Amino acid sequence: MKVQSAMFYFPEEVIEHIFSFLTHHPDRNTVSTVCKAWYKIERLSRCEVFVGNCYAIRPDRAAARFPGLRSLTLKGKPHFADFDLVPPDWGGLAGPWIEAMARSCPNLEELRMKRMVVSDESLELLVHAFPNFKALVLVSCEGFSTDGLAAVARSCKSLRELDLQENEIEDRGPRWLNSFPDMCTSLVSLNFACLKGEVNLKSLERLVCRSPNLKCLRLNRAVPVETLAKIMNQCPNLEDLGTGSLLADQFSEAYVSLISALQKCKKLRSLSGFWDASPLCLLAVYPICANLTGLNLSYAPTVQGQDFINLIQHCVKLLRLWVLDSVGDKGLAVVASACKELQELRVFPSDLFAAGPATVTEEGLVAISTGCPKLNSLLYFCHSMTNSALITVSKNCPNFTRFRLCILEPRKPDPATNEPLDEGFGAVVKTCKNLRRFSISGLLTDQVFYYIGKYAKALEMLSIAFAGDTDQGMTYVLNGCKNLRKLEIRDCPFGDGALLADVTKYETMRSLWMSSCDISLRGCKALATKMPSLNVEIINEWEAEMEENLNNGVAEVISNNNNKHINNGNDERKVEKLYVYRTVGGPRTDAPDFVWTL
Amino acid sequence: MEGKSSYGGNMEYLKATELKLGPPGIDILQEATSGVSTRPKKRAVTGPIEQHTKSKVQVVGWPPVRPQRMNSFRARRNETVDESGGVYVKVSMDGAPYLRNIDLKILHGYKELRTILEGMFKCSSLGGAEGYDEEGYAITYEDKDGDLMLVGDVPWEMFVSSCKRLRIMKGSEARGLS
Repeated sequence: MKVQSAMFYFPEEVIEHIFSFLTHHPDRNTVSTVCKAWYKIERLSRCEVFVGNCYAIRPDRAAARFPGLRSLTLKGKPHFADFDLVPPDWGGLAGPWIEAMARSCPNLEELRMKRMVVSDESLELLVHAFPNFKALVLVSCEGFSTDGLAAVARSCKSLRELDLQENEIEDRGPRWLNSFPDMCTSLVSLNFACLKGEVNLKSLERLVCRSPNLKCLRLNRAVPVETLAKIMNQCPNLEDLGTGSLLADQFSEAYVSLISALQKCKKLRSLSGFWDASPLCLLAVYPICANLTGLNLSYAPTVQGQDFINLIQHCVKLLRLWVLDSVGDKGLAVVASACKELQELRVFPSDLFAAGPATVTEEGLVAISTGCPKLNSLLYFCHSMTNSALITVSKNCPNFTRFRLCILEPRKPDPATNEPLDEGFGAVVKTCKNLRRFSISGLLTDQVFYYIGKYAKALEMLSIAFAGDTDQGMTYVLNGCKNLRKLEIRDCPFGDGALLADVTKYETMRSLWMSSCDISLRGCKALATKMPSLNVEIINEWEAEMEENLNNGVAEVISNNNNKHINNGNDERKVEKLYVYRTVGGPRTDAPDFVWTL
Repeated sequence: MEGKSSYGGNMEYLKATELKLGPPGIDILQEATSGVSTRPKKRAVTGPIEQHTKSKVQVVGWPPVRPQRMNSFRARRNETVDESGGVYVKVSMDGAPYLRNIDLKILHGYKELRTILEGMFKCSSLGGAEGYDEEGYAITYEDKDGDLMLVGDVPWEMFVSSCKRLRIMKGSEARGLS
């Protein structure tokens, strides 16, 4: 009581001012639950909202709660949608969110969306409804075309940022770049690297010429060296550059021009692109390598062997490196000796059909861990891994926050001992106390999950594939990982026992994904009954199965009514894909036929 | 260079008698699947990932790599020279405003190449048997080592595998190549 009365002497403005120092959104969420007064002050002063699952709350409810909203981040489809495990038309529509914001939050300036479906109409609405709109970031989205981009370019009075990362964009021609009005000079960041089609090069040059604040520019493959050279001459203050195609004749005017242009860019810290890069074009880059902090060569299979070594040995300040496995263990050894500040490394597979010898092995990873003790984020695709290598790596680099290892062949054991990789991955969780994200692969038994449950106390996201023996494996994780937010599992022998081991756990998590496991409709129904605050959704192709049965003479009524499928008595059927998430928004109203909410 | 067409013919004969491991007709299957795994499939491939595993299991969504990267692997595969892909090379002609692209794989010899190029660039004459003439043009190419070579000297198959780029030069410049 005493505390409560003391609160009345605190003017709202003071509390609001105190809250303004809280930028971490979980902290803001926490203060809003203290009392009604704080809830009200917090919601009216909130500028940034992060919605990790767009179905966790209804758009109009979120918009109504935060009328002063300036920046919204939304995530849609489950992560495994990136790998074709979620059928098209599953959902994740941006439209309802943009419409809700248009009604309630006129101050919106920034919209960041990941794995959502955005239509051209929604983009039109976006730029007309928000007079202050400044920044659009779309990652792994789809559903729109270059016409939508034209609408954004045309109507945004003071567009600062247009960042398109790995989206599926329908190409309707290069005209969209012309749509930036002549008076638009506010661009700071432009990234269209994922666009597959041609761009209007003259428009691009003109746009760059009138954008004095441009700091980040990432071009697509259609932009040739000639244009790149012209652009570079116009913006010597560029900090982040994604090149277009780097195919050039070493004696051409364009090449010479590029070299001189790059040398003037004293502030360049990050490079990407490098499509079709010839070794000669790489020479142009050497003078700026010493200052680079970020380098992405993962779309440049031509940069390998000695060319890669010659390039990377200059990059002594590198913090972030993305490469293809064609650089080999030899290339990684040079990285280890040159890039002492390295914090993040991603090694992508260069040839999925690889019939030839493996290009990176555990040796490369061990070399990196030895030479780069500051490494805290890893994504590594390789053909094999050993326990002893993983143990060495974790001893050398105890600071991992993100550790993702993908052995290309499912269930592959340690080739040296023929044993599972439990001990190796176990060593990682034991030594890396700050591990927040973990992806494991290779031959793994329940033992590795015992280690994860016991040691990975900071773990927030876990991705499992082709691993484990019994329900006990998944149970270890659910019981032990106190901070777990996202759990995604595919092709593991976990059944209803594991699913129902700790049902209240799912209320503390954002989501659970299970596909090609051993769960049945009975188990999923039980979960849905026990936990009404969760949406328990299954994705199935039973309709197709039933049609087959009909053709084979089994008499069954085909109907689009979900209940007929779900309640026809056969609860023992295996569920192919399960997606469970906590929500205050109730069952989805936009679920397609193949998604059934239990 | 009279042996040009017979070179082509010889190559076909050689291929037919070449000893290879694999069931008969495997070449045709490889060509049909354009560079992708030759595993026989029971049903039509539904997703981009399924065709890519060459080993025991056909696994959807594995390895976990985003479609944009997958597509760049496939595009790259089609660019390299192998039994089943096309061999596209750029063709430039001095004075022409833009370049053309030509698939050498579908041609059978130098004569056909010359005919196609004539059609593309509508030149009245692209030279006789020796590759150039006084008022016409010469067909040259850039090979693997980056050198500018006159078309027609080496066997057709060798030319296809080493040609990176074609350039049609004016007769006056080309004369120096003889």
